[in-house]
Amino acid sequence: MEKWRATSNLRRSLKSILNRQLSSVSEFRYLNEKSCQPIFNLIRDYNSVGEVNAIRYGCFSSMSTVVQRNPSFSTLNSDDISYFKQLLGEKSVIQDEDRLETVNTDWMHKYKGSSKLLLQPRNTEEVSQILKYCNSRCLAVVPQGGNTGLVGGSVPVFDEVIVNVGSMNNIISFDKVSGILVCEAGCILENLISFLDNQGFIMPLDLGAKGSCQIGGNVSTNAGGLRLVRYGSLHGNVLGLEAVLANGDVLDMLGTLRKDNTGYDLKHLFIGSEGSLGIVTKVSILTPPKLSSVNIAFLACRDYSSCQKLLMEAKRKLGEILSAFEFLDIQAMDLVLNHLDGVRNPLPASMHNFYVLIETTGSDESYDREKLEAFLLSSMEGGLISDGVLAQDINQASSFWRIREGVPEALMKAGAVYKYDLSLPVEKMYDLVDDMRTRLSDLARVVGYGHLGDGNLHLNVSSSQYDDKILEQIEPYIYEWTSKHRGSISAEHGLGLMKANKIYYSKSPETVKTMRSIKGCLTPMGYSTRIKFFRTLSIHRAWCMTVEYSFSHIQCQ
Amino acid sequence: MKIMVAVKRVVDYAVKIRVRPDKSGVETQNVKMSMNPFCEIALEEALKIKESGLAKEVVAVSMGPSNCVDTLRTGLAMGADRAILVEASRDLVPLTVAKLLKKLVEVENPGLLILGKQAIDDDCNQTGQMIAGLLGWPQGTFASKVVLDKEKQAVSVDREVDGGLETLCLGLPVVITTDLRLNQPRYATLPNIMKAKSKPIKKYTPEELNVEIKSDLEVVQVTEPPKRNAGVILSSVDELIDKLNNEAHVI
Repeated sequence: MEKWRATSNLRRSLKSILNRQLSSVSEFRYLNEKSCQPIFNLIRDYNSVGEVNAIRYGCFSSMSTVVQRNPSFSTLNSDDISYFKQLLGEKSVIQDEDRLETVNTDWMHKYKGSSKLLLQPRNTEEVSQILKYCNSRCLAVVPQGGNTGLVGGSVPVFDEVIVNVGSMNNIISFDKVSGILVCEAGCILENLISFLDNQGFIMPLDLGAKGSCQIGGNVSTNAGGLRLVRYGSLHGNVLGLEAVLANGDVLDMLGTLRKDNTGYDLKHLFIGSEGSLGIVTKVSILTPPKLSSVNIAFLACRDYSSCQKLLMEAKRKLGEILSAFEFLDIQAMDLVLNHLDGVRNPLPASMHNFYVLIETTGSDESYDREKLEAFLLSSMEGGLISDGVLAQDINQASSFWRIREGVPEALMKAGAVYKYDLSLPVEKMYDLVDDMRTRLSDLARVVGYGHLGDGNLHLNVSSSQYDDKILEQIEPYIYEWTSKHRGSISAEHGLGLMKANKIYYSKSPETVKTMRSIKGCLTPMGYSTRIKFFRTLSIHRAWCMTVEYSFSHIQCQ
Repeated sequence: MKIMVAVKRVVDYAVKIRVRPDKSGVETQNVKMSMNPFCEIALEEALKIKESGLAKEVVAVSMGPSNCVDTLRTGLAMGADRAILVEASRDLVPLTVAKLLKKLVEVENPGLLILGKQAIDDDCNQTGQMIAGLLGWPQGTFASKVVLDKEKQAVSVDREVDGGLETLCLGLPVVITTDLRLNQPRYATLPNIMKAKSKPIKKYTPEELNVEIKSDLEVVQVTEPPKRNAGVILSSVDELIDKLNNEAHVI
């Protein structure tokens, strides 16, 4: 009853906030009304050994960012540590240097925090107690899952307390008839996939990071992945979730119903909000049945327009059985073949400009195979494909996926990498890569690949070392280009620390203002943000926006 | 010279096997089936020999229910020229397969018969040896390297044996069974898949070949191996000694 009341109270306050005209921003304590400060962009630089070199500053023309630790947050003291130890037990309170080193650094080794405390709660009640205490003590908190994020959202910026839900990894229930899985947020995606495999179902999302990423993080960042073109986004597949708000209130929205039109559907706020509204502790997700016939083809195309036409034809001719459509360009293929072990080129005869990976999933092996073969042969005759191979068994299929999923890993091994994840209209997508290549020419190597089926380009710039000259050429040109074509500057990776101040490239000020109000509503007044924040000062207005950092982002390139 | 390659349709190597509830065998309904990995290696070797100009034709042979044509199509898509299917509704044991192969060899007259060393479903490792015995041909089993010498009409085979590598020189015609490290099978390219559609698959029945399908073996029961117990983390040396003494009985 109480939980229901908490949810409905929240709905009411949300409604009133949205109806109010928020002219004065001074109600929010954490807002800074200073106007135009000198414009700096914060870059953390790593030398070749991988340690933090120094905090470097570079100048840019328009947007500015200032990262400061808010003085209204307190620092940890020994009383806090003893409280946590008493609450969670000795084993779940970690202050050991080595372990803190790993959890403070993100997967890309680009962002490093300086947290002194890692907490590992084992159930929702403990999470609630932790947040309630931190709220009362004004301690900043960062939620963390698998720490596979790519935008610095899963690690502390300063000395926030890290709340890692990895210990909450139970599968609560699974309904074999409807395929509805209820599990805790710390379950690793690959474990869920194996569990469901035994039951004859699959997860609606699949990404390269599945061995480490956790479902709570996937939900909090609205992870996309390789199968989005078939199963849709998490907004459609998540039926319910349980979250803990900043003040310790537990929101039980863990429904397992396909249809429930009783009031605002608040779970959608949590999906994709990167942990800024609360910590997700349980998830209820609809899983599709595992279909027996999976076919995969690795194709080569001469140019980008053939890839586009191939996509159109695939959606038409393969229709309901199409389950993945990915592409990589010659640079990406080259990197993978050179830097990864045990990877074989499926089309060794020559290097092609573009490679496309098409997967179909259906229930009838021979029918699907015929359909796929007919489609491929007609595309070949029509000149859309220059060459291609069809996997004959599961091992060959995994080797094709290894190539596509291995691109981020290969990029890491090649040296420094600047990662961008953009949503653009399909016909314009590769123009950006060509433009960037012209801009960067000899400075660095531009690699383009991604989920062509969803219009999602992963543009990566690879060079042997991080260099400001390279960054200058990339930003803000890449964001302005994307914005001009009404694309998204972060298709699936989220904003995190890396792109927090870039939100205006894809969202209008009014939209951001409303997001602000909603955030203010869900995190109590006074010490509003338990979670670390980031301030943006625009040269147009002294106006602040808090963007919170999240769980594990997805490594789903 | 003609090369004949025998291929088998088995449960895909990467599938998680389940035993049927009545313990009569492994679940094969709705499970992905593909060509036995060792047979793929055998076919690849045959294709390599043909590409080097030492053979004129590669014939792929399979035996079993009619859906074995899928495996033969894969073989044709990899590059085999012709395929033969012996349709048999019941399970075939290695001896029967060897007898059927003998008849086909008498029809086709290949100079080289290549098979995979064993099938991953029964792990028998018998067919190659049996057919060599029935035909009276020399055999090079567990081949990790095959070098054909056309002039001498002989083949040099490196065999992987327990003690290391053994090199044999065998006069043609010869039976070779392939091991894992022989080569890496090629992928089926689209142009080849297109060509494969027009390649012929000849069908025989065991009656036509005058072979009786009978088995001297009867499968009584198939069960999973006993599940391993989870490991236990002990807290002290005394506990370890106690467990070794009282539970494991090793000290």
